[in-house]
Amino acid sequence: MAEPIVHDFHAEVEKALANRQLRANFRFAMGNMIEKRKALFSDPVELEALRAAGQAIRQRALSRLPELLDQLEANCTRNGIQVHWAETSEEANQEVLAILKSHGATRTVKGKSMVSEEMHLNAFLARHGIEAMETDFGEFIIQLTCETPSHIIVPAIHKNRDQIARVFQQKIPGTPYTEKVEELNAVARKTLRTKFFQGEVGLSGVNMAVAETGTLCLVENEGNGRMCTTVPPVHIAVMGIEKVVEKLADVPPILRLLTGSATGQLITTYFNMITSPRREGEKDGPREVHLIILDNGRSRILADPELRQTLQCIRCGACLNHCPVYTRTGGHAYGFVYPGPIGKILTPQLEGLDRAGEHPFASSLCNACEEVCPVKIPIPLLLRRLRQESYCTGADCRVKGHGRKDNAVERLAWKTWALVNSVPILNAAGARLAGLFGPLLPVAGPLKAWTRSRSVPRFARQSLHDRVKREGVPHE
Amino acid sequence: MSDSARERIAARVRSACRSGGWQIPDAAVPEPPALDVSARIDRLKRCMEAVRAEVHVVAAGEWVPLLKDLVKKKGIKSLTFGKGTGVDKELSAAWPTGEADAPRLVPYETPVETFKSELFEMDAGITTTWGGIAETGAIILWPDEKEPRLLSLVPPVHFALLDSAAIYTTFAEAMAEGNWSDRMPSNVLLISGPSKTADIELVLTYGVHGPRELVVIVRR
Repeated sequence: MAEPIVHDFHAEVEKALANRQLRANFRFAMGNMIEKRKALFSDPVELEALRAAGQAIRQRALSRLPELLDQLEANCTRNGIQVHWAETSEEANQEVLAILKSHGATRTVKGKSMVSEEMHLNAFLARHGIEAMETDFGEFIIQLTCETPSHIIVPAIHKNRDQIARVFQQKIPGTPYTEKVEELNAVARKTLRTKFFQGEVGLSGVNMAVAETGTLCLVENEGNGRMCTTVPPVHIAVMGIEKVVEKLADVPPILRLLTGSATGQLITTYFNMITSPRREGEKDGPREVHLIILDNGRSRILADPELRQTLQCIRCGACLNHCPVYTRTGGHAYGFVYPGPIGKILTPQLEGLDRAGEHPFASSLCNACEEVCPVKIPIPLLLRRLRQESYCTGADCRVKGHGRKDNAVERLAWKTWALVNSVPILNAAGARLAGLFGPLLPVAGPLKAWTRSRSVPRFARQSLHDRVKREGVPHE
Repeated sequence: MSDSARERIAARVRSACRSGGWQIPDAAVPEPPALDVSARIDRLKRCMEAVRAEVHVVAAGEWVPLLKDLVKKKGIKSLTFGKGTGVDKELSAAWPTGEADAPRLVPYETPVETFKSELFEMDAGITTTWGGIAETGAIILWPDEKEPRLLSLVPPVHFALLDSAAIYTTFAEAMAEGNWSDRMPSNVLLISGPSKTADIELVLTYGVHGPRELVVIVRR
């Protein structure tokens, strides 16, 4: 990708943790979203059945991906949707640009799409003199401040109304300072109505694509997605290869899981199913619909029986909301497009452990993400797998940049550890040494970092082994 | 570029899937019990009202007077509709044309390219519906050549007519009974309420880009 990201994860985390405003914003918002989800999925039996069904639908679709992508392409083409393929973000961007150029378009309106963030599409288009106007309210706010989304569902959640009010006042001409959310909303509505009216091309993502009918499904509350996909004469949708489902019958359970897990809604305001461009005799809708299907490393992930579960994700954001790490650091600290638990397993696989290698380690493995995941992705398991890959140098390592943490000191330390724990005499000696010198250890060396924020362990003078030998095990 | 990209992606995906190790759990989608007609109306009304849609249930012949009344109360000056749809005949026949302050009834009968400016100035739009979903509370719109897609999106108020017999218990049931997989139109929409957002501090506000008000008239 053209955008080089120089990112110091630890430094960003420190910075985020020191920002009290940011932490308060996230603590409030995440708590709220947790409660909403809980209220909606109040029947645990039904929820478990639904999650199992969601997992099955997504796994089944992935297992049949070659046929389903063929079928999707054939049905879309039959319906009049033009399908394009892109191996990389760069190729996908070029495809978008080529379509825009063929229409001489310079003004586009854009619905919220994480894959377009992954492509850094807006920056790319800006370099070619094309406006990509974000129209989702949250995306609109952060576009004004030149930021990236800090949450995959509520992208501007790191900002409070006071901060947003100041941004509107500064960036939108003629806007007085107001903290009233309704008034801020009205400003956005007015500004974007003109944009929708003038937009030459609409851009969107895809929440799921139905192979059986060649239908693109979009989930939203605001109506901006419908505007982008209906008003301009051309619609370009971008999706990752994994977004396919087999058939229409798979749509309702995934939709239910998505809206319930994301925002605690039974259903969103709009569920938009697009099967073709404007047909003969119809009075509106785009005359051209393009679908760009992007790989960008996904097919590599698909090859690993364990890691491929990452691709089940339906991008609901529930794992972010429930993550103790994400809630404290917010999304920007991660430095990449996908934050939180799903980001911690997806980013290192897409970008490589050499670029995002710290991510799998930023977890306490508390399991909350797995418990709430609507499609049952075993995120903690995959985090551990990626941690292993970080040290893995053998032929069976799969992830790009694997083995980057491998080093002689740690290798030696673990070898010693294994030896000490398998040879009795060494074990006894080790225990004795720990008893004698243990209390001195944390003040020096690499353990200092560990004890800086944790209480120092207290070593007993005598090992359990010795005590049992001397005192025996008391029986009642 | 595109064709070879397609082939390379297809080859990688094929080889990835052949590598095996698939574990697909055998899990059925839970089905809620079917509801009778009046329970379906009740549930749809309750769910949609909870997300601030306005739902009126009337006898089949009474929707026009109700609509007139609502239009007046809401101060609507212009109402657009699809020519030749299920609402056209009754609406056109009953609409007051003589009175000076009567709201304008404007058919959306030319392509959007020539109607766009006028459409963006309309106070309200009215559409039929293909059906409704009781479980989640939603109406199903099936735009076609007579009833354009933007009728339900651009004007600030959207009136939707729904026949009680067309309310299904679930979305899945609606798709299966309606045999959607063989006849998907260019665009189908599920709509559950007025346009909304919670992007600032999760404060819910209505009327972002779509209609500020959704009024569903259920005809029994």
